Amino acid sequence: MTTATSTEKAPAADSGSILLTLMKLRTFIALFAVIAFFSIFAPNFLSAANIILMSKHVALNAFLAMGMTFVIITGGIDLSVGSIVGLCGMVAGGLILNGIDLQIGYTMYFNVVEVCLITLVVGILIGAVNGLLITKLNVAPFIATLGTLYVARGFALLSSDGQTFPNLIGKPELATTGFGFLGSGRIIGLPVSIWILIVVALAAAYVAKYVPIGRQIFAVGGNERAARMSGIRVDRVKMFVYMFSGFCAAIVGIVISSELMASHPATGNSFELNAIAAAVLGGTSMSGGRGTIGGTIIGAFVIGILSDGLVMMGVSSFWQMVIKGIVIIVAVVVDQAQRRLQQQVTLMQLAKKG
Amino acid sequence: MAAETHDTILKLDDVTKVYSGIVAVKHASLELRRGAVNVLVGENGAGKSTLMRLIAGVEKPSLGRILLEGKEVEFNSPADAQKHGIGMVFQELNLFGNLSVAENIFATREITRGIRGIDHKAQVQKANQFLDKLDAGISAETMVEDLPIGQQQLVEIAKAISLDTRILILDEPTSALSAAEVDILFKVIGELKAQGVAIVYISHRLEELMRIGDYITVLRDGQITGQAMVRDIDTKWIVRSMIGSDAKDFAKSLDHKLGNEAFRAEDICLPRKTGGFAVDHLSISVRAGEVLGIYGLMGAGRSEFFECVIGQHAHSTGRIFVTGEEIAAKDTSTRIRKGLALIPEDRQREGLVQVLSIAANLTLASLEKFVKFGFHISGDREQAAVKEQVRNLSIKAPNPDFDVTSMSGGNQQKVVIGKALMTNPKVLLMDEPSRGIDVGAKADVFRTMRKLAGEGLAILFSTSDLEEVMALSDRIAVMSNGKITTILDRADATEELIVKAASEGHKSAGHTSTREIA
Repeated sequence: MTTATSTEKAPAADSGSILLTLMKLRTFIALFAVIAFFSIFAPNFLSAANIILMSKHVALNAFLAMGMTFVIITGGIDLSVGSIVGLCGMVAGGLILNGIDLQIGYTMYFNVVEVCLITLVVGILIGAVNGLLITKLNVAPFIATLGTLYVARGFALLSSDGQTFPNLIGKPELATTGFGFLGSGRIIGLPVSIWILIVVALAAAYVAKYVPIGRQIFAVGGNERAARMSGIRVDRVKMFVYMFSGFCAAIVGIVISSELMASHPATGNSFELNAIAAAVLGGTSMSGGRGTIGGTIIGAFVIGILSDGLVMMGVSSFWQMVIKGIVIIVAVVVDQAQRRLQQQVTLMQLAKKG
Repeated sequence: MAAETHDTILKLDDVTKVYSGIVAVKHASLELRRGAVNVLVGENGAGKSTLMRLIAGVEKPSLGRILLEGKEVEFNSPADAQKHGIGMVFQELNLFGNLSVAENIFATREITRGIRGIDHKAQVQKANQFLDKLDAGISAETMVEDLPIGQQQLVEIAKAISLDTRILILDEPTSALSAAEVDILFKVIGELKAQGVAIVYISHRLEELMRIGDYITVLRDGQITGQAMVRDIDTKWIVRSMIGSDAKDFAKSLDHKLGNEAFRAEDICLPRKTGGFAVDHLSISVRAGEVLGIYGLMGAGRSEFFECVIGQHAHSTGRIFVTGEEIAAKDTSTRIRKGLALIPEDRQREGLVQVLSIAANLTLASLEKFVKFGFHISGDREQAAVKEQVRNLSIKAPNPDFDVTSMSGGNQQKVVIGKALMTNPKVLLMDEPSRGIDVGAKADVFRTMRKLAGEGLAILFSTSDLEEVMALSDRIAVMSNGKITTILDRADATEELIVKAASEGHKSAGHTSTREIA
């Protein structure tokens, strides 16, 4: 009896680990599946023009999702990114169009590089406010960032009284021209925003793997108390992730304004939800401690390709929402199944050894 | 009180319980007598709590049967066991702090008025009856979280009594009670006994067992090593059965000179949320190369003292010196950098980051040592250091990149120790370093402690294991109720002295302080 069961168990364990590998690669598989599906059913899907267009769409969500990934790994959430996108777009647009009125008869204008830097600082500062609320005042991340969501959106609307800042071409005599380069310029055939995405993504992946703060982000999310006991400055780690998230949102704000050559205060509405979806699809665990930048980027591509592909196939936008929701739920269900299987396999290996 | 009048109500027949990799209870057979106090003693980790969890339906036995009044039963849940009249007061209190005392007592069996919902008035009234029986002086309308821990314990006991139980399990019920409250509890136990309730009483306080017990069962390493009538035995018999004749493998102290003072704590104070002090004006000094054992029962304040030293309690007061230099900084990071390191008691909650690998856990507290150019973690240096630590502590890890949870408890504990050692501490605080690990790993841990002391580290370790504290320490401090009640040189220490000192703090202060709050 015992011999029979033990011989039967060995192949079961093997098939278990094959299934496990498949599950681990699920985001990749999902990506190939959507690409394969749409290249068959959507006309022109694989054309170079379409791929570049889609990448530009995906890039916007991917920026936000990267920032969100770090936040979620620490066990938090950042709902304010969409509003930061809107506000930062308005800051950039306002600076180019109107400059800063110094109230003494002079108006100060900045060149495009300075405008971008100031806008990034604004994004980081809003992230810092989130971080301070969460670490120093002990507000739950959900509530703190929900608050800044409204505040930032309110300021975006206030900045122009709800109007759009149009025509951000700038004036040569003020040296404010060239803003459009970020949104529509190309370097070696690829859009500038894609290059920025590559740089930021590589930097983020590097931080996650090779810089102490990266390791500490995982430790804080995995077991905050143990992290504290190990001497990790948990507050500092949390400040970092929310500021990075704000930084990513500011980039998106700049890129969108630059693409449209206009800033609209309602830009970025509900972007935070897409970012969370991409992170979760890429294997980031909402309970903290798990996730990768690579996974998140792939997750963003799956979601982006899915919505663009469905549009090209002429599927109604209502159905698109249903499909997107189902994909997210399935992703999480598979994620949980993988966790359980992983535990079983580890226990089995332990049992074999012992 | 003749033995033959106590018939058996519940019988455990050859029961074994295995957790992932650890055998907690081995082939234990136990009979609980009706109308008597069945005492269970044993060291930490001996398997007492596991045995009781089997009876209370929290866990199911891996092997063996449970017989209730001669019939085999199977409890799938605590609710199942409750239906059969088994109630348990857990060591860790299971109360809802955000609900009132009455709501806690009647949780899951609320008194309702049909569709008109819960009858709060009736609940409060009935709850007050139970509380009066305990002479607790608690109003049933108070929020549980507003009560001091001793009174919470009484609420827990009132709840168990209210269940009309035939078997009542009390797991260390007196660990948080003052002397007066203990007297009341014993009176209630006497009444319940007279009503024919079988009481199971678990405690470390031997004098209590002698006072109240009828039957005694001693457990060691998951096995039952002694069963007797309490009137036939004495404390010496209990200690002998608990420890056994085969002495454990303790590393002998190496002969080395003690150095200068490495660590001094002055007047450490930590106020308790519910009044009084968890750490009560505690001062202590340890020399380099010295092992100081801190003995104390649960709730004596050992962990809290260690946490104060490492900087986890911002509102603690007192001064701390490492090699004569005062450490003013209150935060853990600075204190670790100044040469303090803590190995926390609760490995899972405070020691390990479960989602990280073995290697990442080891280097978590000392990452800055492997950093190049100010930001880059050098993989080579990190791996080399990890390898060295794995070898030094003989951590049995197939691959340091595996999840830390893939190892046994003993090896996980070694990882926590390794993490602390990698910060190059001068003073090592170890809170219950042998808790929840097997015999072999224990021996390894003890050997490491001795070796480190030989290398000039000052070690403070806490334990509630008498034999351990006697064998490992150069000096023994006994804590009780937040105070150090005595400090003994190893040569002068006897088990009786230590046990006596361990409950001294309660006798002097416990009674008055809780009454003042009430």
